[in-house]
Amino acid sequence: MVSTGSTQRVSTGSITGGFDYAPAPESRAIVDIKPSYGLFVNGEFVDGAGASFKTINPATEEVLAEIAEANAADVDAAVRAARRAYARVWSKMPGKERAKYLFRIARILQERARELAVLESIDNGKPIKEARDVDVPVAAAHFFYYAGWADKLEYALPGNAHSGVRSLGVAAQVIPWNFPLLMLAWKIAPALAAGNTVVLKPAETTPLTALLFAEICQQADLPAGVVNIVTGAGDTGQALVGHADVDKVAFTGSTEVGKAIARTVAGTDKRVTLELGGKAANIVFDDAPLDQAIEGIVSGIFFNQGHVCCAGSRLLVQESVADEVLERLKSRMGTLRVGDPLDKNTDIGAINSAEQLARIRELSAIGEQEVAGERWSPPCELPERGFWFPPTIFTGVTQAHRIAREEIFGPVLSVLTFRTPAEAVEKANNTPYGLSAGVWTEKGSRILWMADQLRAGVVWANTFNKFDPTSPFGGYKESGYGREGGRHGLEGYLKGTE
Amino acid sequence: MARVDVRKTYKLYIGGAFPRSESGHSYEVTDSKGAFMANAALASRKDARDAVVAARKAFGGWAARTAYNRAQILYRIAEVMEDRRPQFVDAVYRCEGGSTARANKVVDEAIDRLVWYAGWADKIGQVTGSANPVAGPFFNLSTPEPTGVVAVLAPQASSLLGLVSVIAPAITTGNVVVVVSSHQRPLPAVTFAEVLATSDVPGGVVNVLTGDAATVGPWLAAHMDVNAIDLTGVAGDAELARNLEIAAADNLKRVRRAPAAETDWSTEPGLEPMTWLLETKTVWHPIGI
Repeated sequence: MVSTGSTQRVSTGSITGGFDYAPAPESRAIVDIKPSYGLFVNGEFVDGAGASFKTINPATEEVLAEIAEANAADVDAAVRAARRAYARVWSKMPGKERAKYLFRIARILQERARELAVLESIDNGKPIKEARDVDVPVAAAHFFYYAGWADKLEYALPGNAHSGVRSLGVAAQVIPWNFPLLMLAWKIAPALAAGNTVVLKPAETTPLTALLFAEICQQADLPAGVVNIVTGAGDTGQALVGHADVDKVAFTGSTEVGKAIARTVAGTDKRVTLELGGKAANIVFDDAPLDQAIEGIVSGIFFNQGHVCCAGSRLLVQESVADEVLERLKSRMGTLRVGDPLDKNTDIGAINSAEQLARIRELSAIGEQEVAGERWSPPCELPERGFWFPPTIFTGVTQAHRIAREEIFGPVLSVLTFRTPAEAVEKANNTPYGLSAGVWTEKGSRILWMADQLRAGVVWANTFNKFDPTSPFGGYKESGYGREGGRHGLEGYLKGTE
Repeated sequence: MARVDVRKTYKLYIGGAFPRSESGHSYEVTDSKGAFMANAALASRKDARDAVVAARKAFGGWAARTAYNRAQILYRIAEVMEDRRPQFVDAVYRCEGGSTARANKVVDEAIDRLVWYAGWADKIGQVTGSANPVAGPFFNLSTPEPTGVVAVLAPQASSLLGLVSVIAPAITTGNVVVVVSSHQRPLPAVTFAEVLATSDVPGGVVNVLTGDAATVGPWLAAHMDVNAIDLTGVAGDAELARNLEIAAADNLKRVRRAPAAETDWSTEPGLEPMTWLLETKTVWHPIGI
């Protein structure tokens, strides 16, 4: 067995029979993190008028940089810059020219992919293999996809091919910490393609890739004020979405904050899209291809440490195969490697913040008290510093338990069983959320029937957690409204000409 | 000696039945010149809640009908309205004033609007759905689905054409409706409910409450089993509209905001009256052998 000398190692499970992986760390030399960052307003980095805060590496608790906390005056300056850029430049620029800026940005994202991936992993705690293979390439793909729409907008809203369409104006965009760069791309690419300008607030725990994106905007010679980045926490976000001169609010985050935003914009003309929480059912029938299903269950809940709004956090497994599925799931979980996010072999990285870790621990403790079944994690040596939580499953969970109802946003899976397809549907839909669902069965007609019955915006059948710029994503019910991705994603940034 | 006419107290339409208001309250409806026309039931909080229960019960079945079948039923409503033209013309003329020629035109437009929407039932999915060319071996299809139970505050001035223009898009797309009629001009809504009851529209798909949107609206806006609310009927009352929108945020209802002034209902509506009530569902499946 190779001695690694690293504390951030985890012994592997039974399959490798005691062999261990050598560490394969990605070099962080490629990123250049400055000691402090200002706000990106009107094409330049400026000092904020407010306080500042620190962003840390959740895997080590090392302070990465000091970040300006935008106050109301800073937000106002950013909105004014966006308004000026909208009125003077961006709304007047022909779509085919706007498109070229977006294509440029897409290319630069690809060229600087490794730098972005490493920075994302350091600031967020996610495994480098996910930042490298998902976050960054899909972000670039979003810009590439929407770039092509910029000069074809009259085809984007059905019924407006002759009368034309218009952009909305200034978009206020607030994004979460789970996919910092990817959520930025989901927000900024369609907004700019449609001809809007933006003020975007990244999450307070993960501002660094958004600030690097600001540099990329400079590199692309994007006209000043078209993209503005204001860093900060909840107060900054409130100042932004409540600003009288924004025409559009786009938010991804918790359902609680989403409701507060819906109240804030009530009575205004602001258009709103909300992409909020979820408690997805991942439904496994007895005829499912079990090898794939196990992989789907694992990626459904442990991808990105379970910090995924559409995570398959409720496993609904048909009673007749429940024992077999559980046994295989546990065996597979034993091979998951928790530890250094920059290690290319790592499957599960760090929990993004102390606050989130506390929430996962709290709900897991409640689960332990409530459920009659078992709380189980594979043997797992967690690093001493940083924020960590082992992949965990709860068996014997029922619909009434809090861990089956509340979004945990961590690597915690509740296992429930069902007997009939109707019961599976009933349980899957028994939630105020409706973002996503998974179905595993080899029977095609059953897949389509289930897909019809499930009240969720995305249904993954015999797959899970797949995303694509062409594919609309968003929820039913309290998972929010509006869609991101595809032609539908433009609808939130355009209006028909009356 | 002149015959004494039979004065009628109209009732609500909930779950396919015509109950009186649970509160027992009714109110006098007068024509555009102030003369007594009839009594109408004054819908209460309990009536609103009963209507939501009836609508929820009807939702699954209505949404599961084929689009072709919903189209047929929408067209059937138009047929039955055509049968009862004189009654509608009279109700519109007396409620809204103007000339009988205008009332005739309004009824024409209301019937034609139903026919227009009937045609949409099996086309809206083709216009708003998509096959998505994802970068991988996946079948990827986005289709619109109804959002669920829709509370509709119907327009106050346009008591028939406006009413039809807010109900039809919702049911065409597979949603179910609890509608609060024009407060001062409820009789076309009552007659329309009688048409619905005889047009193959399953009970509960459209529930008609007569009364005051300002009193019933807040209960519907705050109701946790309502998925969307159309505030058209409180056009011009910005404060009430704002409060209803705030209440609607409790379960993130889809909200159609009230316009500053009532819409011109004679123009072709476009897709928006349907699309705001549609959820896009995207289904992924791997492609392989």
